[in-house]
Amino acid sequence: MSAASPVIERGTAASRIAGFGVAIIILLLAVAPQFLSAGAVDRMTALFIYVILAAMWNALAGFGGLVSVGQQVFFGLGAYFAIRLANAGLNPFVSLFVSAVIVGAVSWPISLFMLRLRNGEFAIGMWVIAALTHLLVNLDRLIQGETGTSLISLNVYDASTRRVAIYWLALASMTALLAVLFGLLRGSTGAAIRAIRDNEDAAASIGVRVTGTKRLLFVLAAFGIGVAGALWLATAITFQPKTYFSVQWTAYMIFMVLVGGIGTFEGAILGALLFFIIETWFGGTGVWYLIGLGATALVFSLLLPRGLWGTLEERFGWRLLPVGYRVRLPVNASVTTGGTAPPAQVTTSREKA
Amino acid sequence: MTNQIVQGILLGGYYALIACGLSFMFSVMRIINLAHGSLAVLSAFALWLLASHLHVPPFLGLAIVLPLMAVIGWALQRFLLERSARGGALLPILTTFGLAIVIDNVLFEQFGADTRSLAPFIGSLSYDSWEWPGSIYVGKLAVIIFATAVVLLGGLQLFLTRTGLGRSIRATSEDPDTAGLVGVDARRANALAAAIAMVTVGLAGAFLGMRATFDPYAGATQLLFAFEAAVIGGAGSLWGTLVGGIVLALAQTLGAKVHPQGFLIGGHVAFLIVLFIRLYTSGLGLRGLLRFSTGKVS
Repeated sequence: MSAASPVIERGTAASRIAGFGVAIIILLLAVAPQFLSAGAVDRMTALFIYVILAAMWNALAGFGGLVSVGQQVFFGLGAYFAIRLANAGLNPFVSLFVSAVIVGAVSWPISLFMLRLRNGEFAIGMWVIAALTHLLVNLDRLIQGETGTSLISLNVYDASTRRVAIYWLALASMTALLAVLFGLLRGSTGAAIRAIRDNEDAAASIGVRVTGTKRLLFVLAAFGIGVAGALWLATAITFQPKTYFSVQWTAYMIFMVLVGGIGTFEGAILGALLFFIIETWFGGTGVWYLIGLGATALVFSLLLPRGLWGTLEERFGWRLLPVGYRVRLPVNASVTTGGTAPPAQVTTSREKA
Repeated sequence: MTNQIVQGILLGGYYALIACGLSFMFSVMRIINLAHGSLAVLSAFALWLLASHLHVPPFLGLAIVLPLMAVIGWALQRFLLERSARGGALLPILTTFGLAIVIDNVLFEQFGADTRSLAPFIGSLSYDSWEWPGSIYVGKLAVIIFATAVVLLGGLQLFLTRTGLGRSIRATSEDPDTAGLVGVDARRANALAAAIAMVTVGLAGAFLGMRATFDPYAGATQLLFAFEAAVIGGAGSLWGTLVGGIVLALAQTLGAKVHPQGFLIGGHVAFLIVLFIRLYTSGLGLRGLLRFSTGKVS
C-alpha cells in the first residue's frame, strides 16, 4: 500500500466561486453608469484609480521587495506626457495610453540604475528621482511652472459622454492590469517573484533571474501608475505639477497596501476599498484625515504588518484569488492515491500570496 | 566666483550637520529614518515656540530642546524601530514614513502653513558678516554652523573611538549577537545611538531655522538633502559626510548659476552622477553605500 501523496492545489472551492464573483462584479460595474449619478460615477472612477495604484505598489513592494517612496514620479509623468501628446495634436483619450507606454519605457533606464540600490537607499533614491523630475517638468514652458495647465482638448467632448468614457477606461484599465498581474503571479514568473521576496540570495542561488524579474515588476508598476496618473488627469482636467508629483500619492499607496495586506493579491484591492470609504467619510476633515492615515499606517506596520487580508488569510486559510500553490497532506495515509483527495487539513506550509 | 565657492563650502557645513545623524543611524542600525527631516523641522518649531512665546533665545532654547530630542530618539528606537526592524528591512521604511506624515501634519495643524524663521530671535547674528581678503563677505552664522559641524563630526569620531560607550555602539553595529556575547547590551547601544543621532538632528533643525525659513512640510526636502550628502560622502569616515555636504552645496550653487531654478536640480543631478560613478566603478554590493566605517577609523 502506497502512502498517499500530497495534493498540490492551485485554488479552492471558494476561489472558484470568487472567480465567478469577480466576473459578475465587473459586468455590474460596466453597466453601473446607467444607474449612477454623475458624482457617483466620478467617485467610482477614483476608486478604480486607487485600486490600480494599490495593486501596482503592492506588486513592487509586496512581491518584488522594492519599497519606493518615489512612485509619484510615474503618476506625474503619466499626466505630463498625456498633456504633451494632446498638445501635439493626438486624440486626448489615445494620448492617455500612449503616455503610459512612454512612462513604462522611461522606467526601463531608471530601473537599470535604481535597482542596484537596496532597501532604504532605493526608497529615498526614488524620491530623489521624483523630486528631480518634478523640477524638470516645471521648466517646460507649456506647463508654466507651478501654475500648471489643462487637458483642454478633452473639452470637445460633451461632459456626460466624457465622464462615462473615462469611467469605462478606468474600469477596463483596472481589470486589465489586475489580470496581467494575476497571470504574472500565477505563472512561472510568480514563483520566481515570491522566491525573491522571501530570500533574494537563496533565490539567486537556485537560478532565479533576480534582477530581470525585479525589472519586470518595476516597469509594470511604472506603466500601471502612469495609466493611473493619466486617468486622474482625464478626470481632473487640470495639471499642476505640485499636485501630481506630491509624495502624498505614495503615502496613499502605502496606506492602502499596508492596511489591506502587503504581498497578498486581494489585500491591495481590499486596502483600496477601505481607503476609498475612509476618504469619502473623513476626506473633508483635511489635516486630521492625513494625520489619521499616517498614524494608521504606522500602527499597522508595527502591530499588524501583514495587514487585514494577510491576517485573515493566515487565520482562516482563505484564498479568493489564489496566485500561489498550496500543499494539502492527506490525514489518512491508507487512502490510495489516484482518488480524490480526502478532506484534509492544510499543512503549515508557509506558502503565501 | 570665489565668493560663491566660499558660500557653497559654508552651506556644506549645514548639510553635513543634517546628514551625519542619518548616516550615523544607518551605520549602527541599518535603518534609514524617513522621519529624519520632519524631526529636524519639529526641533525648529520647538525652538520657535520657545522664542516667540516664552522669549527664550534659540541658543538657550537648545538646552531644553536637545535633551528632548535625545529622549525622542531613545523612544523612537525602543518603541518603533526596534519593533519594526524585527519584521525585516522593509518595515522600518514604512514605519518611519508613517511617522513623518504624522509629524508633518500635526505641525501643520498646530502652526498652519506660514513659513517661520528663527532669524528674528538671534539679533544681528543673522546678517552680521566678516569681510575676508578679496572683498568676500562671509556670514557669521554660516561660519558658526560650519564650525559646529566640524566640532560635532570630530566629537562623534572621538566618542566612537575613545570611549567605552562608543566602542559598544561600534561593536553592536558590526555584529549585535557577538557583541551581546561579550557583554554589550545591544538594545542599550542602539537606543543610545538613536538618542545621539536625534541630538544632531535637533541641532541641524536649529540652524535650519536660523539660516533660512521653514514650514511644516519642509521635512521632506531636508531628508533628501541629508540623504544626498550622506551618499555623496559615502563609505569613508565621518569626514566623508562633510565632503558630501560641501559637494552637494557647491553643485547647488553651480546649478543656480546655470539657471534661476537650477539650485535644487544641481544638487539632485550631482547626487545621481556620484551614484552612477560609484555603482559602475566599484561594483560593490552596495550594502555599504551609506555606511561610514565606524570600525576602521583612521
